[in-house]
Amino acid sequence: MGAFAPWFKMTLVLEAAVLGILTGGVYALMASGLTLIFGVMRIINVGQGALVILGAYLSFALFRSWHLDPLLSLVITMPLMFGIGVLLQIVFIRPLKTDREALSVLVTYALALGIEGVLGYVFTSNLVQLRAWYETASFAVFGFHITYVYVFGFLLCLAILGALFLVLYRTSFGGALRATMLNRTAAQLVGVDVDRVSAIAFGIGVATAAAGGVIFGITNAFNPGSHYDLISRLLTIIVLGGLGSLRGAIIAALVMLVTEDITAVVISPVWATFVFFVILIVVLIFRPQGLFGVRVRERI
Amino acid sequence: MSLLEIAELSKRFGGVVAVDGCSLAVADRSITGLIGPNGSGKTTVFNLVTGFLPRDRGEVRFKSRSIAGLGPDRIYGLGIGRTFQLARIFPRLTALENMLVPVRRAGLRAMLSHGQWRHERERAMEMLEFVEIAHVAGTVGGALSYGQRKLLELAAVMMAAPELVLLDEPAGGVNPALLEKIAEQIRKLNQQGVTFLLVEHNMPFVMNLCDEVVVLHQGKAIANGKPKEVRENPAVLDAYLGT
Amino acid sequence: MKRKALLLLPVAALAVLLPLVAPDPSTTNIAVFTMMYVGLATAWNIMGGYTGYISLGHAAFFGFGAYALGLIMVHLNITPGYGPFFLVPVVGLLTAVLAVGIGWIALRTRAATFVIVTIAFMFMMQLLAENLVKVTGGGGGLGLPYPHDWGGDFFNTPYYYAMLVLAVLGLLTSWWIRRSKFGLGLLAIRDDEDKALAVGVPTRTFKLTAYVISAVLVGMIGAVYAYYVTYIYPQFVVDPLIGISMVLMAFLGGLGTLSGPVIGALLLEPSQLEFAYRFGASRLYLVFYSAIFLIVILLLPRGIVPSVRDLIGRRRTAKGVT
Repeated sequence: MGAFAPWFKMTLVLEAAVLGILTGGVYALMASGLTLIFGVMRIINVGQGALVILGAYLSFALFRSWHLDPLLSLVITMPLMFGIGVLLQIVFIRPLKTDREALSVLVTYALALGIEGVLGYVFTSNLVQLRAWYETASFAVFGFHITYVYVFGFLLCLAILGALFLVLYRTSFGGALRATMLNRTAAQLVGVDVDRVSAIAFGIGVATAAAGGVIFGITNAFNPGSHYDLISRLLTIIVLGGLGSLRGAIIAALVMLVTEDITAVVISPVWATFVFFVILIVVLIFRPQGLFGVRVRERI
Repeated sequence: MSLLEIAELSKRFGGVVAVDGCSLAVADRSITGLIGPNGSGKTTVFNLVTGFLPRDRGEVRFKSRSIAGLGPDRIYGLGIGRTFQLARIFPRLTALENMLVPVRRAGLRAMLSHGQWRHERERAMEMLEFVEIAHVAGTVGGALSYGQRKLLELAAVMMAAPELVLLDEPAGGVNPALLEKIAEQIRKLNQQGVTFLLVEHNMPFVMNLCDEVVVLHQGKAIANGKPKEVRENPAVLDAYLGT
Repeated sequence: MKRKALLLLPVAALAVLLPLVAPDPSTTNIAVFTMMYVGLATAWNIMGGYTGYISLGHAAFFGFGAYALGLIMVHLNITPGYGPFFLVPVVGLLTAVLAVGIGWIALRTRAATFVIVTIAFMFMMQLLAENLVKVTGGGGGLGLPYPHDWGGDFFNTPYYYAMLVLAVLGLLTSWWIRRSKFGLGLLAIRDDEDKALAVGVPTRTFKLTAYVISAVLVGMIGAVYAYYVTYIYPQFVVDPLIGISMVLMAFLGGLGTLSGPVIGALLLEPSQLEFAYRFGASRLYLVFYSAIFLIVILLLPRGIVPSVRDLIGRRRTAKGVT
């Protein structure tokens, strides 16, 4: 075994890397919604984790009542969550006029707590997981075993992110959205309805949370309290990628997850989560604006 | 003797070269104007000198000492103050409190002691009277009129007795009566020994007030001298009319 | 000024005499926690209220203080009694060191990112508490020795006074800062940080100082808390809910004011305890929390104290009184 040990470890590392890329896709999806919301409205949606869990529970409920396959349930949950997102934005975010950035953090945190409370009341704090026939099925590639679920999830993420990019860069709404992200006042001056754009952007962000929630729910056991761990990772990812940068969020998610999964194999699973934050600190010391962020001086 | 010397200063933003090997000198105790067409780099030079932007190349010397690379707070501590294009004051603080914020020496005792306050308060009220807005000392900045803010901004900057003050469009958005007041205050302060470098588009204002004028075009200084000389310089006319 | 002092006197008297006036343990228990939050909210306000930099990770310092005292007591075999209270300043010093480190990194960023970084540091602290099992006991928790000879009715009293001392310390510090040039600089940073730089305010130093001061107070309060509850678990001392409570109380009362955090704590903590007592088993108390939070932020965005001041001010001008 001695002569084979390095080789053995290498395959584990590679497997971990592949897994990291696949799960990174899921986190990229969830984080993209978060960074989009920040870019358009300059608010940090600390409730994104709770919304992901909400999406997971919605699919769970649909499965329990109608035996609807989780991935198929997205057809219902995504539009539903989009609507919820728009509603939340109009009722709770739009009224904030002064001190927007600070207050929105508190408001979204409050929403997260509210969601956690309601979910806990309805579903109790027992751990659950979304079931699907393909959840343990895997196929072999070059001696690695890759579970179908992760691949489906990854493909789904690619599809949704691709759709997102299409909307952003090929539609007029996308143009309005990007304009609002660059300069809210200027966008208003050229006739963009920033309120409407903001509401829809929030809705999109929440809809992506629904999609992420399904994949997350299939591959992880979760309960209402899981949103804390989730949001801490998502926030770390968008800071690393640079607040407001979609590209940054995706790359950061992949980098973080690959590093985490390799650390789990090479050192230990316990410290893998820790490495997440270590990367953040290192980046903040040398490049506080993140990978693709811009050093913003508000006015000069 | 040049109080401020800028040598081959350069700054680019991505593909745009804002300041391109700019060199100029500001004589001690002068009122120097910095003029030039829009986009010639005037405000960028201000930001570079006062530490708000890092320079790409070049030297900035104040009293023969290099100040390039220092932060804005250190630069104020060395004796260079500045105002902003759109007058900036602290909206939630009263006018008097605005006057008490500026820090000349950031020592621990200065920060914590309350006794020093009285001395500073008296000086602040004197300055407010000098710019004739002492009657609004207790009003919060956000409730002041634009003209009052402009005066407050200038008065506050003067609190730490800077030797050089960079004024970014002091005549901008100001009615003729106030304009005359501002010019008068600049002259008075100048007589007391303060050097001014001001960026302005209002030509009559510049011609009347300044001893020296420097013309910037596409990030470079293309002419300098007495206002009348500069006004008749063909290169200057070309720059303004050509662009 | 004189009138304010007169108002304060009965309040101060009540605060000092409370355990003698109402000695039953359930009341004094509420008093301990309420005074704890008065201190926490006031301490948080020194950073969040004055500079405008919202830290949602202060629970990290609370937990650190709790574990610091616990570990010192356990490893140095400190006999329980009044002694451990004098270790609290030591915990404060240790917290200061931690806060300088965390603050230096976190303050490299602007306001929006700062919030996230403080959250990240809090989760790191939680992870450390859970995983450094040999040191902290991990998920199993850490037990602190407690004075067995302090009888049932009397037990809460020393802890109440400890919390009171820390709360008063926090208030005095906050008051002193508010009146100083340092405090004015902090408020300037909140209004317009770049302009503050332009007039010579050393923003990095000021922000870090405010952060450390606020962290030290929170850490010391966490230490007393640990000593009071005698057994601590990672998720209940490095607890995001504690972190968010102190923020909510400061907001409710009024950011940047002196009495705001106190009023916020006095209003919220007893009701929070009451609600947790009635509905604690189910998760409904989170919904209560969430609802209060949202109502406060949407209806009273500036908090109680500034809104009341405005009201009084407006009535005065209406009546023609200057």
